[in-house]
Amino acid sequence: MTDLSPTAPGETETNHPIVLVDGVTKRFPGVIANDDVSLAIYPGEVHALLGENGAGKSTLIAMLSGMLQPDSGQIHVRGTTTTISSPRRALELGIGTVYQHPTLVPTLTVLENLMLGAPWNQRMNRAATRARLTEISNTLGITLPEDARLGDLSLGQQQQVEIVKALWRGEQVLILDEATSMLTPKGVDDLGQVIDRLRTAGIAIVFITHKLNEAVRFGDRVSILKLGQKVGDLTPQQLAELSPEDAIRNIVDLMFGAASQGESTAGSESKSELQSAPVVLATQRLATFAGLDEPSVTQVEFDVRAGEVFGIAGVDGNGQKQLAEALAGQRPITGGTLTLEGRDISRQTVVQRQKAGLRYVTDDRLGEGTVGTFSIGVNMLLKRIGDDPFWRRGTIQRKEVERHAETLIERHDVRTPGPDTPIGRLSGGNIQKALLARELDNAPLAVIYNKPTYGLDANNIQFARRAIRDQADQGVATIVISTDLDEILELSDRIGVMLGGRMVGIVENDRDAQRRVGELMIGVGVAA
Amino acid sequence: MSIEASEPTAATAGTDEDGAALPEWLVRVILALVPILLALIAGAVILLLLGRDPISFYVNIVRRGLISWIGLQETITRCAPLILLGASLIVAFRAGLWNLGVDGQFLLAAVVTAALSAWMIQSVPSWVVLPVGMIAGFAVGAVWSLIPALLKAYQGVNEIVTTLMMSFLGVSLANVLIKIPFNDPNTTVPQTMTLATTDRLPRLFDTTINIGVVIAVVVILIVHWVMTRTAFGLRLQTVGANPKAAMHAGLSVPLLTVVTFGLSAGLAGLAGSVEILGVWGNVRADWNPAYGLAIIPLVFLARFNGIAVIGFTFFFAMLSIGGETASRRADLPNYFILVLVALILIFMALTEWLNHRRALARRV
Amino acid sequence: MTGLLSDAFLISLVAGAVAAGIPLLLAGLGEQVSEKAGVLNIGIEGMMLLGAYTGFYVAFLTGSLWLGFLGGAAGGLILAALMALLCVRLGLNQIVIGIALTLGADGITALLHHVQFSRTYPRLPRVDTLPIPGLSEIPIIGQGLFNRHPSVYLAIIAVFVLVWVFRRTNIGLNLQAAGDKPAALDAAGVSVTATRTFAVLFTGLMAGLGGAYMSMIGAGIFIPFMTGGAGFIAIVLAMLARGHPTWVLYGALLFGVSLSLTTAMQVGGVNVPTDVVQMLPFAMVMLVLVIFARRSALPAALGLPYVRGQR
Repeated sequence: MTDLSPTAPGETETNHPIVLVDGVTKRFPGVIANDDVSLAIYPGEVHALLGENGAGKSTLIAMLSGMLQPDSGQIHVRGTTTTISSPRRALELGIGTVYQHPTLVPTLTVLENLMLGAPWNQRMNRAATRARLTEISNTLGITLPEDARLGDLSLGQQQQVEIVKALWRGEQVLILDEATSMLTPKGVDDLGQVIDRLRTAGIAIVFITHKLNEAVRFGDRVSILKLGQKVGDLTPQQLAELSPEDAIRNIVDLMFGAASQGESTAGSESKSELQSAPVVLATQRLATFAGLDEPSVTQVEFDVRAGEVFGIAGVDGNGQKQLAEALAGQRPITGGTLTLEGRDISRQTVVQRQKAGLRYVTDDRLGEGTVGTFSIGVNMLLKRIGDDPFWRRGTIQRKEVERHAETLIERHDVRTPGPDTPIGRLSGGNIQKALLARELDNAPLAVIYNKPTYGLDANNIQFARRAIRDQADQGVATIVISTDLDEILELSDRIGVMLGGRMVGIVENDRDAQRRVGELMIGVGVAA
Repeated sequence: MSIEASEPTAATAGTDEDGAALPEWLVRVILALVPILLALIAGAVILLLLGRDPISFYVNIVRRGLISWIGLQETITRCAPLILLGASLIVAFRAGLWNLGVDGQFLLAAVVTAALSAWMIQSVPSWVVLPVGMIAGFAVGAVWSLIPALLKAYQGVNEIVTTLMMSFLGVSLANVLIKIPFNDPNTTVPQTMTLATTDRLPRLFDTTINIGVVIAVVVILIVHWVMTRTAFGLRLQTVGANPKAAMHAGLSVPLLTVVTFGLSAGLAGLAGSVEILGVWGNVRADWNPAYGLAIIPLVFLARFNGIAVIGFTFFFAMLSIGGETASRRADLPNYFILVLVALILIFMALTEWLNHRRALARRV
Repeated sequence: MTGLLSDAFLISLVAGAVAAGIPLLLAGLGEQVSEKAGVLNIGIEGMMLLGAYTGFYVAFLTGSLWLGFLGGAAGGLILAALMALLCVRLGLNQIVIGIALTLGADGITALLHHVQFSRTYPRLPRVDTLPIPGLSEIPIIGQGLFNRHPSVYLAIIAVFVLVWVFRRTNIGLNLQAAGDKPAALDAAGVSVTATRTFAVLFTGLMAGLGGAYMSMIGAGIFIPFMTGGAGFIAIVLAMLARGHPTWVLYGALLFGVSLSLTTAMQVGGVNVPTDVVQMLPFAMVMLVLVIFARRSALPAALGLPYVRGQR
């Protein structure tokens, strides 16, 4: 099972790996991102690379696609030891990559994006590009609007363009990095069909994911990374012999050790108790107009009781962020009302809502949650600048700021050299702890969490979820917005689903919730 | 486009993890002195290539700009407008805004101050005229930034373009004002009416230095304190360092943008007023010292630190005053100083870069 | 017909607009390439000025305008190479370096001029023009537009060459990607650093040519600081043109018209202070911005150094 040798037993003579990663190690300041990792990638096979965030998947891909070079170990391509010195070299070697974050130019058309990267002195050949696009599209079974600006396409279509581009020069190896993270369930199915066709065409596919079921669903072979090391793999033979459930169980054992299956922490209070609790936060026909580039939100109605966790599920980009910002006061509410403990606060500013006890933990920790160059101490007071006792007569009281920071650092176990350290120097998990500390401080009544565990490692995910649940158990009305359905199911008492800027349904979190939420997410059973 | 505030704010000022390294202030002083030294060496090479004696050139600068009593007084007097412009830019840069229009704000304020004070002095005593003149200068500067400020705050129009445009506009408008409405009919050269020497800003003791420099130093110290110690300053810095975070924290970014512009441009206007009320008493047509372009990089060199700006400004003023004489003696145009300033900036940026690399390497 | 619409006024206006507009056009086109690639080249003022000096000096020594243009291009390129090294390679602050280069060029040209010519301001001989048969006979505008030094026609052609480059060549795609999404260009196997270096060098080349035109043909003489903010106007033109070279052409002519309006008015017998007229182009730009204020049309990565793996 934990066979580390690159050639698994049972390989035939004729099927040589096209890419062989042999004992590769990569270090970064303070971390070993990849520790002696070995992998074999075969033509016509989907190699799923499974691991938590921070397991070292990104580093491994970066080395295969020429963005980084290994500190030690070797990469063999078609049997030859090779240095993949740059992205260009990777392409020359026939390794195409589709990155998690789009790497196309939104202001160029589909066709122009596909032409990007040709030698500068070469003539631009639209006809040939069109022909090649048609050719690849046919192989993949898709159609793309050639002359549309890329930024105008759906994320699924953009990804298809990425795949086309990655295969442009007849690449034989395709790396897909977290390819499903931005897609609708329908988009995931489409991607599955594309992958099937590629497999038939003899392309070697590396499918990177942190989702167990996807690894089993798409992978012919599964390798598992944990904390920079490869902790095991499942060969095609093993996968074929196991049922999907057994395969998943097997992998879970490898990833977490035995008996670590996550359990719902929801419902620690009985339903009846919750139903008698007072409504803290409520919206009536809430709307916010977000312009043409972003989804607007209309007609959203829900209420959250004290101690209740209300999950908001949905595919990314269906207005969840806009809703969160409207609730927090960062975005004007253009219709309907928002009440906190019965008082209408829909016209109040961010600061007023903050003082009233409504808190918002943003998903964009570095982009808007914190100022990276400011100290932890100041960041923990970022929403209370000017408040007594930290400022007196407008002047900062450094002792008070420091004391406040130290208290919160200890309470939330933030690992930092001290309260003076610029927050941007902390790891993602510690920044999130600091953010939670800030928002949960000073008697919150209702807290909105937007993707609270996005980008965190397993440990910090558990820590954050526990913190959210603990707060709720102390009577805080809690909203958890997440695109990770497992997270929603684990935490929530009730679940609302966003689709196209509307809340298309609210369901109790019971046995049947997963199916019903999944259906609502893609619009099944939604009244038009 | 963001302005990188390389200096941590006072609130964050702090300790690098390893205490073994040099103390923070010493590192800063070295970081500031090394590029100046390198620039002087490179400048010496240029002088040698031109067949001039660099040693005597530099000696002449120091002798005239620093050691001679008359020269020192001139140097200190010159500091007043420069320091105020520095204060103006600190406010804008710390808030992440490129106010590149200080020259227009300075000149317009100078002209209005000159005309207003020369007119007022006919009926009111100078102790009224002087403060009114300064307030007027501040107001004129602030008003001149209003369009760029509003465009930036509410429409997101790049302020580099708008402030530059308003600066060119302001310089021309100042000339129009001098030549038509504010023209002194009694002179042949177009210029504003003149405020008599006795009515200008009082001088310090028995020197030729007017109290403008005192005003300037007080203002920049206040600005420094406000920016680093107060809630208001922290709000501005938050907007500068991360506007999205400022919005997230409930700050009104548009309002703060307009206020920042008003303060920054107002201080640039005040610089113009002080220069007129202290030194010239009037403005001649086509007078434009264009201090702004030289001060912008100095403010970066000082890493937006008000106290450091005073030091750099003094150095720059000494270079300009002493440079005039040194250049004349060496039969060179006065503009050689510009070459020195340019070299200082380039070496400064390089030193900064090396230091950054070193810091990165040390973190491993 | 006297006053504003007299023939003398119009002839002088057209002639002056071209003379003042061509340097702006050349520099504006150059700056546009930099901005497209994500580099804000504030040093362009210095590049123009150095080009004006080196161009003038070479032309003065050799008597050849074409060699003068070569010299001007070289002058602009030298500063651009420095800018590319410091800002693109090392990622230093583009505004600080840009201002430094401008100040340095201010100083060094004044210095060189002083060393070479002391306090004299020699004048180049009048340039030969190349009348375009037929067109140059058109009354009023014919002489002003179609009886110019050949470099004027080349500058106009450059506009359309650039249109073609932006739309129809891989270079155009690379430039746009370098400005809008450098990581995409990198992933496509094209060096962002090389693309931006090329863009900055091109800007230097064009700015140098523009400066050389200004001193050799526009004025016939070199005076320290003679660019007088033309580089900054070029920056604004490039920003407002939003990637369309033809808009740079219109803008340059518009500025050219405003700049030559004073002289033309004097020729036409109208006396308006120079300064009022000089305000026109800037006032016009502000008016355009106020009316059509739209959210940033500048490249997403403008002014930001590219570091692989950083988003």
